[in-house]
Amino acid sequence: MNSISTVLLVIGVAFDLFGCIGLIRLPDVYNRLQSATKCVTLGTCSILLSLFFRYGFSDVGVKALIAIPLLFFASTVGAHALIRGSHIFGIKMTDKSIVDDYKDAK
Amino acid sequence: MKYITLFISMLLLWLLLTFNLHSANIIIGVIVSLIVTLLFGHSFLTNWKLFYNPVRYLWAVVYLIVFIWECVKANFDVAYRVLSPRMPIKPGIVKVKCSLKTDIAKTFLANSITMTPGTITVDVISDCLYVHWIYVSSRDPKVYNKRIVGRFEKLLKKVFE
Repeated sequence: MNSISTVLLVIGVAFDLFGCIGLIRLPDVYNRLQSATKCVTLGTCSILLSLFFRYGFSDVGVKALIAIPLLFFASTVGAHALIRGSHIFGIKMTDKSIVDDYKDAK
Repeated sequence: MKYITLFISMLLLWLLLTFNLHSANIIIGVIVSLIVTLLFGHSFLTNWKLFYNPVRYLWAVVYLIVFIWECVKANFDVAYRVLSPRMPIKPGIVKVKCSLKTDIAKTFLANSITMTPGTITVDVISDCLYVHWIYVSSRDPKVYNKRIVGRFEKLLKKVFE
């Protein structure tokens, strides 16, 4: 059990690191949010899951397990609000973008 | 009945979250759940009868497995795009039609899209979803409709409608 927990912990920290690298490397706010929601959410979920495997069905483990769906909803709804807000505020998309259907819909 | 369903699920969540069975803790949980139920009960599930239908829970489990698989794939996809030196991105916002009717199903669809490879929901206007896509591989609406929404739509219809 401890070895599974350690493997999950390493995977989680690695994905958190990839997310942070993406936050710096990608060109504009929309693409940065992509890396910030996906990599960081699953990385953090993996760390919480490793906590569950280490402590089993004790109070710490169950709390870590419940935190996973809460984190999912919080990060998706947060990303949704941020990306919509920045589009309405008028932040330009990067030059590489090829299509923007949302501009006509507002 | 709608209120009782919400009250019981809130109380269960509170007990799992605090994880002790002292009487003081349970009393606080009951009070807090009552407040939440009275404040938000009217906007809870409009057709609560679906809540007690066991077939839907089976479909929910299937949906969950598909969702977790997509989520893991999404992570490897984004990690590849971030770490590759040439950065293969071609971003854009596309308009996708969905056939789901209820609000809660649309919410779950939007959240699922946010967690799947390279897509993030920007806005929902009546039955159209506006999706930011990190690599727009096709401009044909039929192709990307199927690629973005197709995986979840049928399952969500079975779970929520």
